[in-house]
Amino acid sequence: MIELENVSYGYGGGELLTEMSLKLAPGSFHFLTGPSGAGKTTFLKLLYAELLPSAGRVTVFDQSVRGLGRDEIAELRRRIGVVHQDCQFLDHLSVAENVALPLLVADRPIDTRELVELLGWVGLKGQMDALPPELSGGERQRAALARAVIMGPDVILADEPTGNVDWEMSQRLLHLLVELNRMGKTVVIATHDMNLIRSAKAQVAARVLRIKGRRLHLAGADL
Amino acid sequence: MNAQLARARAFLTSDLQSDRVVPPSGFTARLTVFSAAAMAFLAVFALALSFAAGRLADRWSDALAQSATIRVSAPEDQQERQVQAVLAVLETTPGIASARELPADETQALLAPWFGPDLPIETLPIPALIEVVEEGTGFDPEGLRLRLQAEAPGAVLDDHDRWRRPLVAAAGRMRLVAVASLVLIGAATAAMITLAAQAALAANGQVIRVLRLVGAHDRYIAQAFVRRFTLRAAGGAAAGTALAALMLALVPSVETGSFLTGLGFQGGEWLWLPLLPVLGGAVALAATRAAALRALKGLM
Repeated sequence: MIELENVSYGYGGGELLTEMSLKLAPGSFHFLTGPSGAGKTTFLKLLYAELLPSAGRVTVFDQSVRGLGRDEIAELRRRIGVVHQDCQFLDHLSVAENVALPLLVADRPIDTRELVELLGWVGLKGQMDALPPELSGGERQRAALARAVIMGPDVILADEPTGNVDWEMSQRLLHLLVELNRMGKTVVIATHDMNLIRSAKAQVAARVLRIKGRRLHLAGADL
Repeated sequence: MNAQLARARAFLTSDLQSDRVVPPSGFTARLTVFSAAAMAFLAVFALALSFAAGRLADRWSDALAQSATIRVSAPEDQQERQVQAVLAVLETTPGIASARELPADETQALLAPWFGPDLPIETLPIPALIEVVEEGTGFDPEGLRLRLQAEAPGAVLDDHDRWRRPLVAAAGRMRLVAVASLVLIGAATAAMITLAAQAALAANGQVIRVLRLVGAHDRYIAQAFVRRFTLRAAGGAAAGTALAALMLALVPSVETGSFLTGLGFQGGEWLWLPLLPVLGGAVALAATRAAALRALKGLM
């Protein structure tokens, strides 16, 4: 589904990620961990083509990202739901409009009943007309998750989705992501919260990847 | 053709939801409307100048091109004979519709603005004037001059060419200046709208980034800005055009043939005015689209 072959990424003269190789199988669940500044966000950006590797090859849905045109990259992103660390909302639109944004830009019809149902699934039915700045950290993360799944993507990438929320809320978000994985979605969660990873182990068969010393390692035994 | 019409209709009546994706921007909106209105206002006057210069050139050209004058200056005892010889030559010259010697009262009327109405022209050695009216194709002035030289040495042909040529050239130059002004106005409009569009794009950098991240095509993002700027520019240009047209319509119309009182539109020339808002919109569309696509290129 997504494959990295000897991928390196660097900017400003230095190399942040070095010779990383990985295959994300359909329906798999991965955690990506590592210290702050290790390159977890950069790694995720390589997966949804916001960045291009400086060396190596990233293949997404059997297409090499490097050879894709701008419209093809846009199409690819419609199949990958991303929960950004800072949520990336349009602050002048309501929560419901933000969640429906991927449908709007893809010129697909917006089914209000389904939209309300989705907001209910993430527990935001009561806040659908609110503006993003009016939401709490946990509510923002759940709204971002709803937006990430509204197109029915094959892959969901979440960048520190529990970074600004309390333990109870992080468990709730984790539960939603596990539910999505059970529906067949491939899930990658970047986090430095080891407790979250341990609690997930009880619910889902997850592989843990660690970025250390600019390289990607398979972790797990030490958890 | 139908597909293009449908696209144009969709562009003009695009649903408000997709318009809402880009937040309203008060400053750039006002700047675009004002610039377009001011430029359209100036464009109307440049257009009027162009038409007026064209009419003037035509009038000068037509008025002087169909006539010529022959002046006969000879000793008193030969004057009448040479006048008759000139008239005889003109009768047999192809391209001449009619010729007549100006009677004394008409000659006196011609000189009246300078010497007053009581000039005793009978006592003065004033040359005889023969008015020549050409046929449509005109005559050969050089051939006529040679014949006059042989038959009436005191006759001088003035086909008005030396008056007509600089006047027509001046009018043509004025028309060129007007057309160049129109081109400059169009370029300045494009530059101003590009600046306003770039300001709007820079202010909405985060919006554009989010739209790209959720899978928007470049043309979708560009269109959100292009539509807004095109409609603003067309609206502003319509207001500027209407105001300028009103002012031109209020210029007093006097049939003096003067350039100033002839500055305006006549007949079908008014039909050019509705084109100005359309052109303003087209300039805004091209400028904003280029600016938006340039801005998007820097974003993955």
